[in-house]
Amino acid sequence: MSKLCTGAEIVFKCLEDQKVEYIFGYPGGAVLPIYDELKNHNSLKHILVRHEQGAGHAAEGYARSSGKPGVVLVTSGPGATNVVTALTDAYMDSIPLVCISGQVPTHLIGTDAFQECDTTGITRPCTKHNWLVKDIKDLSKVIHKAFEVATTGRPGPVLVDIPKDIQFQKTKYKKYSKKKKLNGKKNNSFSQKDIDELIKLMSKASKPIFYTGGGVINSGPKASELLRELVQATGFPITSTLQGLGCYPGEDNFFLGMLGMHGTYEANNAMHDCDLMINIGARFDDRITGKIDEFSPGSKKVHIDIDPSSINKNVKVDLPIVGDVQDVISSTIKTIKKTKPDFAKSNKQKISKWWEQIEKWRKKRSLDFINSNETIKPQYAVQRLYELTKNKDTYITTEVGQHQMWAAQHYKFDKPNRWMTSGGLGTMGYGLPAAVGVQIAHPSKLVIDIAGEASVLMTMQEMSTAVQYNLPIKIFILNNEYMGMVRQWQELLHDKNYSESYTAALPDFVKLAEAYGCVGIRAKTPEELDDKIIEMINTDRPVIFDCLVDKQENCFPMIPSGKPHNQMLLGPKDQKENKITGKGKTLV
Amino acid sequence: MSKSKSAYSIPGKKGKLDTHIIVVWVDNEAGVLARVVGLFSGRGYNIESLAVAEIDSKLNISRITIVTTGTPQVIQQIKLQLKKLVPVHKVADFKREDKNVIFKEMALFKLVGNNNKRQKALKACKKYNAVILDKTTKSYVIQITALRREIDAMSKNLKKMGLVSVSRTGAVAMTRGFEIFK
Repeated sequence: MSKLCTGAEIVFKCLEDQKVEYIFGYPGGAVLPIYDELKNHNSLKHILVRHEQGAGHAAEGYARSSGKPGVVLVTSGPGATNVVTALTDAYMDSIPLVCISGQVPTHLIGTDAFQECDTTGITRPCTKHNWLVKDIKDLSKVIHKAFEVATTGRPGPVLVDIPKDIQFQKTKYKKYSKKKKLNGKKNNSFSQKDIDELIKLMSKASKPIFYTGGGVINSGPKASELLRELVQATGFPITSTLQGLGCYPGEDNFFLGMLGMHGTYEANNAMHDCDLMINIGARFDDRITGKIDEFSPGSKKVHIDIDPSSINKNVKVDLPIVGDVQDVISSTIKTIKKTKPDFAKSNKQKISKWWEQIEKWRKKRSLDFINSNETIKPQYAVQRLYELTKNKDTYITTEVGQHQMWAAQHYKFDKPNRWMTSGGLGTMGYGLPAAVGVQIAHPSKLVIDIAGEASVLMTMQEMSTAVQYNLPIKIFILNNEYMGMVRQWQELLHDKNYSESYTAALPDFVKLAEAYGCVGIRAKTPEELDDKIIEMINTDRPVIFDCLVDKQENCFPMIPSGKPHNQMLLGPKDQKENKITGKGKTLV
Repeated sequence: MSKSKSAYSIPGKKGKLDTHIIVVWVDNEAGVLARVVGLFSGRGYNIESLAVAEIDSKLNISRITIVTTGTPQVIQQIKLQLKKLVPVHKVADFKREDKNVIFKEMALFKLVGNNNKRQKALKACKKYNAVILDKTTKSYVIQITALRREIDAMSKNLKKMGLVSVSRTGAVAMTRGFEIFK
């Protein structure tokens, strides 16, 4: 006769069976039995955050940098509502999260009890699936299923809501047995015929391009390796979305840089003019496509994605291949090797004109900016940060805004899982807690949050978490005192009416750092920047780096709204003939 | 140069709208209808009518029939998004014009008036399998089963024959012949 376990014990037994090492959480009335049980489980370490949103983002950072699901534990009511932003963020960027929330006892559900909210109702649209456990006998099954749903297919967040009385009740624990099939939701439904068709299109193309996204990263490190092999085997140019950065080396000659609204001139023009677009694990997001009706008008489009609903959602494609990126690329490479072993060589001639054209676009040097000796240009700051950290296997997180785009443009990644940014939801305040999670997963690595001063203030309280657990994260703030991206849009499209985008009262970040018990460093001029960055890297404690940058700098190149890829705005060097006049008032 | 002041793209061309009947087999569990309906409202899809009931108490399966309109692209998205939901087993989709599928809706009419009027109303309902469910000296409750547009027409016509109350279901659907949808 096996012994009876309480609901709280079962929660931990499940987490142990799932090989969870860290829980990011915050206690409260409705999860007290679970917190009480924590002391009996040494293999699990609880990271106490300062706000539940921070727990969610930290778990995201942990998941993205390690490939394992992130686990969050919050209480009922405000605990659950505070984590909603992080769940939505994880949903948009396909990050596996398992959130366990407490709920008021079952007999109080529906009575507007203290700290009660309809957690499953609120989180239904921002999770892959959620459960309210009303029977102790279902608990272990539900938690194991939650992990399965979060990590299979297109990954995403799930939530398990456990009423307090269920946490006390006792039942037998059922061991976890891994099932092969998940409710008929299969991951791979492509066939060799699809691969043959793809290779036929590839050998016909004279202006091909790979357009890769976060799906490559989510598919695992092997997928990135295979992608490199595929590019070698074909000789095709490759561009990546914001989320896909790192799946192909940023400094490689085949790589055209990031595409999209703030992508490079060569990447966007190549997307517009290509005759074969091979989308690998990206989703034709509106920041990528620009005006849909004029998006890459002359190309055959192939879309490789694990999520069938991503296909034909925004852009109609000619050849959909539903499957795990790693499996699809691996079959493709195998077939090329078998049928056309010298494909890259024999094809070189055919696509040489295309490469010539790409080199012409490259000569525009669209990421260039006018540097200054007096003030630190934000792009320069990111470039220096890159040069000084590139040999250290650095992990970068960001907040959202101009600094995020500059980081994406000027920091080059050569490995997957090194770049954590909120792309889909665009959550300001993501980077700092995400850095906490990344540092937990990689205690000895250098973790830097490239931040803006407005974003970072949204979750600044998590510095306290970093100090508590001795996490030497580096918060590199590009401080221009503006919500830079808002200011940029106001400058370009709203006649320089800088409505509420200036923060007139900012804290002294150096003193703030000291108040938190970490180290504050400030850089004011380009001359001192390198020394200060080196000082930051050499500090084995959390650092807030206040980098005072040019306040007027805009992020270029840029595709203005409602424009196709080939009508980009370039930087100030190139801008004179391309002035925006903000006429018309089509507000969406 | 730029006409739009928006940070987002401007809407493109809209395609032709079709009416489809989507049939969804789901686990009959708490919140499953909210998931399906929430998907429609959250993504801005239409629901013209909805019918849902448990069809297999042993396997705990409910069948949801949804009538919706959308461009072919939207209809495809609806199907694919539905298939992603964890409690969803299978999704079928029929065009309203499809001759191989039977669609039926049921309506209850309450008619109040003199006998002459009520007899006229009953006669008008005849071709839609009219059944009198309740009879008093002053009123009838009549049940008919028909297509949506037929019920629309009937409830309009019966107004002058003493119709005081209408209650109707969403459409349910089934394929003709011996084959079942897998």
